[in-house]
Amino acid sequence: MHSLRSQFPILKTSVHNKPLVYLDNAATNQKPLRVINAISNYYIQQNSNIHRGVHALSQQATESYEHVREQVKTFINAKHSHEIIFTRGTTEAINLVAYSFCKKYVSSGDEILISALEHHSNIVPWQMACEERGATLKVLPMNLNGELMTEALPQLLSNKVKLVAIAHISNALGTVNPIKKMIDAAHHLGIPVLIDGAQAVAHTKVDVQALDCDFYCFSGHKMYGPMGIGVLYGKEQWLETMPPYQGGGEMIDEVTFKKTTYNVLPFKFEAGTPNVGDVIGLGEALRFISDTGISTIAETEEALIRYCEEQLLAEGGITLVGTPEKKSGVVSFLIDNVHPYDAGTIIDRFGVAVRTGHHCAQPVMDFFGIPGTIRASFAVYNTKAEIDVLIKAVQQVKTMFC
Amino acid sequence: MIKEKTDQLVNEFSLFDEWMDKYTYLIELGKTVPPIDEDKKKEENLIKGCQSRVWLDATLAEGKIHFTADSDAIITKGIAALLIRVFNHETPEAILEADLSFLDTLGLKEHLSPTRSNGLLSMVKQIKFYAMAFQAKS
Repeated sequence: MHSLRSQFPILKTSVHNKPLVYLDNAATNQKPLRVINAISNYYIQQNSNIHRGVHALSQQATESYEHVREQVKTFINAKHSHEIIFTRGTTEAINLVAYSFCKKYVSSGDEILISALEHHSNIVPWQMACEERGATLKVLPMNLNGELMTEALPQLLSNKVKLVAIAHISNALGTVNPIKKMIDAAHHLGIPVLIDGAQAVAHTKVDVQALDCDFYCFSGHKMYGPMGIGVLYGKEQWLETMPPYQGGGEMIDEVTFKKTTYNVLPFKFEAGTPNVGDVIGLGEALRFISDTGISTIAETEEALIRYCEEQLLAEGGITLVGTPEKKSGVVSFLIDNVHPYDAGTIIDRFGVAVRTGHHCAQPVMDFFGIPGTIRASFAVYNTKAEIDVLIKAVQQVKTMFC
Repeated sequence: MIKEKTDQLVNEFSLFDEWMDKYTYLIELGKTVPPIDEDKKKEENLIKGCQSRVWLDATLAEGKIHFTADSDAIITKGIAALLIRVFNHETPEAILEADLSFLDTLGLKEHLSPTRSNGLLSMVKQIKFYAMAFQAKS
């Protein structure tokens, strides 16, 4: 454990003269030195534009970049590497599908189905697409435990529904959704399914072929990789038929002023100079996860969540928001009637980084009738001793406000 | 005089060694805020830029502005109370001309998260906005 923590330089930081306790990993997690080095080494040794030059550097950079595409393919067990599209992050991946898929496959009177516990990034792009296409957004409800009511699926799934878009794991509550079951139910009617995997890839093994999902989106920065890079996985059959999302260099085959023909997959969806440096950083992050072991990560975090919930409940006056049977990554809670911002302000003074507020999931907060929650979220480098500091901070909040 | 009130605040805050004392003081101060009427807790009195909800209302009587406020977060309410303590019962002109350097001297900005610090500035802006509106009317 000690050597694992020592790989993360930022964990030695002090905040308000206290050692940093970083429990905001669902927002973004910290980067091991090897990822930081991979990015700087790229700029020191390889930087050049890819797929364009015949010169040696360009070829090396192209090779490194395309190698990461292979790594991602293996990481999520995609069938083809051209089904891996690099994007700026999960949000851009979802926007790409919302624009491009809907342009081709969604028309007036159609429906798109999402769920009640989505992040704004898996709500707003669909609202925009629905408005554009004259379609309707439908919402699968959840229960008071923060679990999706999959029993309502048969009523909601019809031939009007052109796509289902669901989070693998809820960022606000940590609920692990039964996505396999939902994918199967949708496929039974021939409806494709997009999975927002932003909160999943760093915590659980993802196998897109076993899931049989049609799209899977995730971000590098939530999986020990850099910000500004993410992945859209899409089945070849969809990506082939979807129109391009953005125009520019790289995505073209031939350009004349009369007509442009588009490049093949995956380049059709990667207009402009790609973020090569961060793709290479992402590749190193994938190696970090493989070396650490996704099952070790999952077990460590599960133990932390259990410990955190036990310690919080032992304090009394704590409400856990979201008590699903299967939970991953986060503990969302409230301290008596204390406003999350008041609590967050005091907790921060202990050097503890937690997120307070609606976590970009306002409909989830509205559902529970609360302004927000305090969310502690975990990564493999966190320790029980850090949770103890959080508990001390919670005790101080209670002293000051209760 | 606004200057006297801000000097006094700076004086009071200088007595606190610990950040915790400043917060405790703000929490206590929050209890003294002139309460806003329930029917004034509406969208147009909600201050944008705060992550907790803050309502601020103002009325003009005998050339002076009277503020009322509320917030669902206690520390935010304390900040509103602090600002009202400074600007309440002052003329629009005095509010518009007021020197705001006391906010830096109090060290409030550094002790508040950027979001709430923005909220603090939004509250000041709204107070000045009221002053400007009342000045234009008179």
